[in-house]
Amino acid sequence: MMEWLSGGLFVGGATLALLASIGVLRMPDLFTRMQASTKASTLGLGCLLAGLTLQDPEFAVLIRAASIAAFTLLTTAVGAHVIARAAALTGAPLWKGSIVDERPERDPGDHYH
Amino acid sequence: MLGGAACLTFIRLLKGPTLPDRVVAIDLIGVLMVCILVVTAAATDQQAFLDVAMVVALISFVGTVAYSRFIERTRS
Repeated sequence: MMEWLSGGLFVGGATLALLASIGVLRMPDLFTRMQASTKASTLGLGCLLAGLTLQDPEFAVLIRAASIAAFTLLTTAVGAHVIARAAALTGAPLWKGSIVDERPERDPGDHYH
Repeated sequence: MLGGAACLTFIRLLKGPTLPDRVVAIDLIGVLMVCILVVTAAATDQQAFLDVAMVVALISFVGTVAYSRFIERTRS
């Protein structure tokens, strides 16, 4: 039973990672790409770590898997925010179907931070 | 599966029209590397791979932040 559950979590995690990279390849602009990459990769890695812990339920594995998961959850959000901020400040192009653009108009030499 | 994901991300890394696209691709490659290390740890039953995965995750994050700072600093 436990083997099936952990195997299913492994396959699910790998599928989510594959979906994240398909999203990064296929999405039309930077910000939608980032959406695909961060969310799916975090969930995929979480599934893989849960599968690993179920396969080998020891304290040493559990504590390492938990710390990797917590660290990834923290850093993925911060990293995505930092990239998005840099891209928005440098004026990355939006998808032509985007409806709202709340970025202020940029002047050359304008520093707003 | 994870190898295929890494290949697709490499295509975006090579194609990526702007520099932030490439940074996103590199970030995702770091996460995929951690995933591959976790699967390797499960397959070989060696817990040392998990330590390596943790270090890779750390360094990938630091690299992403450094790249973003660089992009902000050098914007025209």
